[in-house]
Amino acid sequence: MRKLELKFDEKLCATCSTYDCLVKCQYMKMDKETAKAEVQKLIKGEDSFVLHECVTCYACEEYCKRGNHLFYLITDLQEKRGILPAPKPIVKQWINIGIPGRKDIQQFWDAKEPVISLCLFPEYVNSIQGKLFENVSIILGRYFFCQLVYLHFGKPSLIRERLPGIIENIARHGFKEVVFFHDECYSTFVSYAPAYGIKVPFRPVHFFEYLYNKLKEHEDEIKPLNIKVAYQRNCSSRLAPEKEHLVDEIFSLIGAERVTRKYDREDALCCGGIIRGLQRYELFVDVQKRNVEDMSNAGAEYCVFNCPGCFSSLSEAVAKKGIKPIMMHDLCKLALGEKPTGWK
Amino acid sequence: MDRIRKALAEIVGEEHVSDRKEELYIYSRDPGLMEPHEPDYVVMPKTTEEVQKIVQLANKEKIPIVPVGGSLSLSGLVIPHRGGIALDLKRMDRVLEVNEKSRYVVVEGGVTCGKLKAYLERHHPDLRYSIPDAPPSATVVGNIVIHGQGRLSQQYGFNSDMVTGLEVVLPTGEVCKIGSCSVSPYWFSLAPLPDLAGLFLGWFGTTGIITKLGLRLYPNKKLRDIEVFVVEDPNLVPDVIHRVTHTEMAEDIFVSAQPYPFMFKDIIMIGICLTGDSEEELEFKRRMVWDALRPHIDSKEGGFMMLTPDIKRELLEMPTRSTTRFADVMKGGGFEYCGPIIPIEKFPEAYKKLLEFSSKYGITYGMTGRVIARGNCMMFAFGYPFNRADPDNIERTKKALHDSNLASLDIGGVPWKPEAPAQKMIMERMDKNTLELMKRIKKLLDPNGIMNPGNWEA
Amino acid sequence: MRAYAEQIHRCFRCGYCKFTSDFTEFNCPSYSRFRLETYSTGGRLWLIWAWLKKEIDWSEHFAEIVFSCTACRNCVEQCPMGFSDDVVEWIVAARSDMIEKGFTLPKVRDFLNNISKHGNPWGIPRSKRDAWAEGVKRYRPGDEYLLYIGCVGSYEERGQRMAKNLAELLDKAEVSFGILGTEEDCDGNEVYMLGEMGLFQELANKNAQKFKELGVKKIVTLSPHAYNSMKNKYPRLGDFEVFHYTQLLLEMIGEGKIRLSELKAKVTYHDPCFLGRYNGVYDAPREILKRIPGIELIEMKRIRENSFCCGGGSGNIVMDLLGRSAQSPSRIRVREAYETGAEILAVACPSCMVMLDDAVKDEGLEGKITVKDIAELVNESTNRQ
Repeated sequence: MRKLELKFDEKLCATCSTYDCLVKCQYMKMDKETAKAEVQKLIKGEDSFVLHECVTCYACEEYCKRGNHLFYLITDLQEKRGILPAPKPIVKQWINIGIPGRKDIQQFWDAKEPVISLCLFPEYVNSIQGKLFENVSIILGRYFFCQLVYLHFGKPSLIRERLPGIIENIARHGFKEVVFFHDECYSTFVSYAPAYGIKVPFRPVHFFEYLYNKLKEHEDEIKPLNIKVAYQRNCSSRLAPEKEHLVDEIFSLIGAERVTRKYDREDALCCGGIIRGLQRYELFVDVQKRNVEDMSNAGAEYCVFNCPGCFSSLSEAVAKKGIKPIMMHDLCKLALGEKPTGWK
Repeated sequence: MDRIRKALAEIVGEEHVSDRKEELYIYSRDPGLMEPHEPDYVVMPKTTEEVQKIVQLANKEKIPIVPVGGSLSLSGLVIPHRGGIALDLKRMDRVLEVNEKSRYVVVEGGVTCGKLKAYLERHHPDLRYSIPDAPPSATVVGNIVIHGQGRLSQQYGFNSDMVTGLEVVLPTGEVCKIGSCSVSPYWFSLAPLPDLAGLFLGWFGTTGIITKLGLRLYPNKKLRDIEVFVVEDPNLVPDVIHRVTHTEMAEDIFVSAQPYPFMFKDIIMIGICLTGDSEEELEFKRRMVWDALRPHIDSKEGGFMMLTPDIKRELLEMPTRSTTRFADVMKGGGFEYCGPIIPIEKFPEAYKKLLEFSSKYGITYGMTGRVIARGNCMMFAFGYPFNRADPDNIERTKKALHDSNLASLDIGGVPWKPEAPAQKMIMERMDKNTLELMKRIKKLLDPNGIMNPGNWEA
Repeated sequence: MRAYAEQIHRCFRCGYCKFTSDFTEFNCPSYSRFRLETYSTGGRLWLIWAWLKKEIDWSEHFAEIVFSCTACRNCVEQCPMGFSDDVVEWIVAARSDMIEKGFTLPKVRDFLNNISKHGNPWGIPRSKRDAWAEGVKRYRPGDEYLLYIGCVGSYEERGQRMAKNLAELLDKAEVSFGILGTEEDCDGNEVYMLGEMGLFQELANKNAQKFKELGVKKIVTLSPHAYNSMKNKYPRLGDFEVFHYTQLLLEMIGEGKIRLSELKAKVTYHDPCFLGRYNGVYDAPREILKRIPGIELIEMKRIRENSFCCGGGSGNIVMDLLGRSAQSPSRIRVREAYETGAEILAVACPSCMVMLDDAVKDEGLEGKITVKDIAELVNESTNRQ
């Protein structure tokens, strides 16, 4: 199998004036000089404290405005140098989570477009119902798992090893467009795959694009919610920032005011889930505390989630502060007068 | 036989005796793999007096008696090996007394674990007892007479260590009180009297029938959470346990391993439950536990799993439904386990043996274990689900259980709630004088040999 | 049908099926009555498997065990296993298997023969089916609702009282409805539960055909048993919707077609198995009670999914396999209702009405607590204007 190379342009870093990728990092404090030096080390494949202290929040992919892929470079180097961000048994668990089992279906014969891929989140199948999801088909399971999570665990080669098969599993159905429930899946296909020259034969549609269009179709049925919300950006949304405007557009449609707060947009904080998985407990507590206090101080009534992983990790802390945690699509349902699944 | 039936009916009422084939069939077996043996009668008494009369009758007529609780030991401890009377105690289902200030409860012999849990939740929410993982239909007394363990055993010992008093009907028909209740109106303690409870705990009913039990209750904290530490190398498990138990911060500590689903493959999970009345208390305990395991984290050999709220709920449930669901892994309606009590340092050996037997007999496994008394010992379960409709699978499972029992003894452990064959294995290795003492006690208490024969028979 | 024979061994006899969801009480009617392990769901399933394997022979006691299950579905609700949804269906399938082989209790045989011959389990002539219904309009094509009464409502005195109250209420609300009178046949729910599939198919097909010919679009049933069979098990020969009368009454109240006056009473409500656990209708009857001014709704400990079956299902209202004891389910339930301090035990099912009303007498609680159905309470409330 042809070895996949990362499309990384060293000259862009050499001529960079900001080194924002590392200067803006919220978890490693460094000035421009240090950043420049460490970037050079990384380009040369040498050891750097960045490889050991990175919490894998993906943000440097967004901070770099020149389209280079520092984070992908970091992960490739971690693997090459045998640096494990997380303990070995945790990594092993995650590697095994992706292996298809008895219950995973390889081909959904009856699935037709519009099709939504729920990959590893079967618990959300019941929430895909109501006016927004009429006539939608669902595919899910490990045969459609995007694999991107291995960026957190220093095993990016596993992504490249499994991804072509995953793409084939999806493409076999003949879909022209696939809506991805999880931002990570979407980002895999629009950012990671192209960065390694992997072709994607279908158009990935972000879940928010789908939701926005559906909301427009039912615009006259929307009752503005008139609520203040905080938005929790997940890590992979950094890989495709061009779709961020959809968040504001949806909020505008449904009458949700996105509160102005410190840790939002480019300054968003990691939900803490992976940080905890990397065993950095104090940092995890700190990051969740700052994030939630920030939401509370800004007067948020709801915290809107993009990612089920963030939801799992942060919803309890959010709820304890008296803020209601909710997934974006459930919030949209509320705006249409529908009850989110599981609500009494 | 008819006059016996008539005599029994006179004691408990016509409706609570049966010698019909259907009752004899069900009471001849338990959900494990031991061979069935039918009783001659099934009787359901309501009071200690009724139990006493039945025992007196049985003694006179030399008919065996087998006290029956939830029938959930899975090692066939309530199977009437020599026929006789199956004594279903579950109509004796009252919670008699809760002493909040001295934290104890007195229950009748047939109170189910579920009922006691519900009772305390409703009437005494600040108190809890050490509930086992068995289904709620298991009886409190049944679990204790087999030295069961529960959610509080890591902190306070075997469930049988929590007994504060007994009322027993001796095989010769006398009713005795054991513990402080034999002297005082309060059932608070066995000490400081000579410990007569030892004559009845762990004997599987061969020395008498427990009709009332005094049991320690413990503080019930408002919050409960769990951390799961995972390692790949079984040799690390004893040290992990040692470090966590040293902190004295944890509630239940259990170990588990299974080959499927894949996310559990080739790793060992150590569940560490935490309780607290405030977030602060919980956080403090959590940090102590994390700190204790830092060396293993820094070496990258172990780490705390990321748990979703759903997984936590399942692991924290009391009793855990997942334990019961293990019976459907083979879509076969059953599982049985050899669950010896072993020294902590023997975990890696036991684990190795489990993998060996699973592979040798081509059957899947589920390993669970529970740390007891701050890491003084642990229960290690060689758990095998089976398909009761597949005779070949049953044969292989029986062989695996047999080997597991032998291996448990070989590594220096002692099989817990052993089936009759495993009891024999234990007695073969037992100190001769100890065995002789057991025989003497049995003979003294049960001269006619009517109590649950086939068990602890030297 | 034989598929059950390949699955039934999966029961572990763990015993969750005996309890409520919080384990406070035993909630299986037959186990509560007898307390022998054979009468719990697990015991029953193991015995059926033993019979299939020829380890035990057919006997009257075996039959009693098999047919004393009221099919209340508590076990389905509580079973922790992946096959929990199938548990009652296995028992029904086993019964069907037995009946096909000619094995059953004389009581069961009589029950079914009476339905086959006379359209009701007591064997009372068909001509008497509308004896209660003087002045009640017969269904004509074009009427909005077919009011389906059922056997208990037609032939049993207390059921008839329910039917009369409901008919009166529908008249007051000016609902367009009619009954089938002597043309009405048994809905077949208990026939299905008892496993006589041939007779059930016959009844279901005949009834569905009748509805089609009459152009029936909406059926409202007195009994949750009929609601269950028609909604879930009947062939859709025509296109008809099925409602239980509490759903319709709530709608009428909401639309102001029934006006309620003060009726001061402490009431507790008993969820019927075929309305509650089988069909998820827990709120409509409670809403009605809350809307009647003066009624104080006091809930029993076991409600909704944890409701304790009155013991009348699977034909036991006639066959009475769980009776003759202070531990009969209906008596246990009446004691539970009385403990709440309520003066009225409200029901929404004619079978529950009969079982619980008899139990009140057996408990010596006449005058202390009265069993009334929702229609009677609503009617009483409207009569006070």
